[in-house]
Amino acid sequence: MARTVTPAGIAVRTGRRSLLRDIVRVPDVRVTKAWRLWQRDAAIYKRTYKFNILPNFFEPFLYLLAMGLGLGAYLARIKGYRYLDFIAPGLVATAAMFGTSFEVTFNCFVKMQFGKIYDAVMSTPLTIEDIGLGELLWGTTRSLIYGTLFILIASMFGVVHSWLAILTPVAVALTGMMFSIIGLSFTAVIPIIDMFSYYWTMFITPMFLFSGVFFPLDRMPGWVQTVAWFVPLHQAVNLMRSLILTGDAAAAGRAALWILVLTAGLFVLPLNLLRRRLVK
Amino acid sequence: MPDPVVLARALFKSYGSFEAVKGIDFEVRHGECFGFLGPNGAGKTTIMRMISCSSPPSGGELTVLAMRAWLDGRRIKRRMGVVPQENNLDEEVTVLENLMIYARYFDIAPRVSRPRAEEFLRFVALEDKGDWPIPRLSGGMKRRLLIARALMNEPELLILDEPTTGLDPQARHLVWEKLRSLKRQGVTLLLTTHYMEEASQLCDRLVIMHEGRILVEGSPREVIERHTSPQVIEVFEPPRELEESLAALEPVADRAERLADRWLFYTTDGDAFLSKVRSLPVVPSTVWLRGGTLEDVFLALTGRGLLE
Repeated sequence: MARTVTPAGIAVRTGRRSLLRDIVRVPDVRVTKAWRLWQRDAAIYKRTYKFNILPNFFEPFLYLLAMGLGLGAYLARIKGYRYLDFIAPGLVATAAMFGTSFEVTFNCFVKMQFGKIYDAVMSTPLTIEDIGLGELLWGTTRSLIYGTLFILIASMFGVVHSWLAILTPVAVALTGMMFSIIGLSFTAVIPIIDMFSYYWTMFITPMFLFSGVFFPLDRMPGWVQTVAWFVPLHQAVNLMRSLILTGDAAAAGRAALWILVLTAGLFVLPLNLLRRRLVK
Repeated sequence: MPDPVVLARALFKSYGSFEAVKGIDFEVRHGECFGFLGPNGAGKTTIMRMISCSSPPSGGELTVLAMRAWLDGRRIKRRMGVVPQENNLDEEVTVLENLMIYARYFDIAPRVSRPRAEEFLRFVALEDKGDWPIPRLSGGMKRRLLIARALMNEPELLILDEPTTGLDPQARHLVWEKLRSLKRQGVTLLLTTHYMEEASQLCDRLVIMHEGRILVEGSPREVIERHTSPQVIEVFEPPRELEESLAALEPVADRAERLADRWLFYTTDGDAFLSKVRSLPVVPSTVWLRGGTLEDVFLALTGRGLLE
């Protein structure tokens, strides 16, 4: 029977949602589900990695040759090490950072905003938080691929001076997860893709140049060192250098702890920010 | 009688201060095709998003497959298929890989998903396109692939948001045929559309929505019978001198409309009315007699103005 429906007024929850409550909630996330998204990313990567990985294979060579051997030939030893030995661990940290950063910024934004891939996945048993964790794990995986590749190549130049270097992949994964979380959080809040230039020119590039990859910071003024302590890449560089070059387990532990605390502290942030953006 | 597949009571949804769905009731029964009709901004997509557990209701009740929408989202989504309005395929991989990746989200192993993907590709007439990259597909092929993808978890309820928007007539008829065949297999279909013909062709029951409310509900025939006259006379580009005599016919019809280029007279006895038009001093060059349609109901209820 056809009928005309005239609904009565209903009292409902309205008004703006609180940002704080959106961000600090416990995310609805399952690792087994996030893994499915990781598999999706991996399947797509598998189709293009042959073209992807080759430049990444050459990049370490270029840096090590230009900076380490080229520039290094004109430099005195730093703390008794060849310049090449000094920069190689920092470049491993950098490789880990770049390995995920392209992925969790541009790639994820394109998937989310233009490809509407997250909408598709959200209509399956995955939640947006599962998707977020899947992206973090995939970003970390890419860091692992590129960071590990770098140290393997660099080791042929004789830059590995400590047995602790076998822990490098773990350190690279930790670094990758940290930068995945930071990058994906940024991706979740920016309205347009052009804003990534802020992320790169005001965060990634300055970190790359001033985190102690290319010159030591310990002769800088005290305030520089204080600021540096708060810089994620600086801690990652310290970690790698302790493992690969100086073999200073205590220093490695301190840097790893710093990264671990930040990673754990910010872990829910990108997941909840994505939810805030996509679940309306 | 089993529980309805979807049951909404006083369902309400607001975005900030904007009320997209203003407290509606409806139920979708097992095995039927249920349509949401309405102009852009009527709230159709919002309802679809709530049913598919992509968006939490702001108020009222919404039950899907006897579970609470949104709260039981993971379990509901396991048994539901969604064909989105926009193509959101993985452009970088092949047709077959798209289906298998999607199946994995439902924990369907490749040894099961592969033959199933091939079966559904056959079903949507894409069986020889399995190894094609997505950008090579036409719009109609992509839409059929989206339907195949939504079937990968063998859903009991299939939700389609404007399934044929932007398709050419051949592609549209093929999609309709596939949807009818799914219905015969017992899949409950829920679709939104603003093509009245699509609704008449497919829907057992439908609602017409406007500005977040349901205006009418019923089978296409019931809705037409109840809300518009059985016959319509259209007089195209009437000569200026007929203006007055046509206006004089207005009270004779159930309802009349004067548009920029034509007159519309809604009536129960089309032949009688037609003879009146024929006996005018000047016979207009083009006069049509046709049956009342869903489109007449739709336009009468939602107005002819652009809704943007």
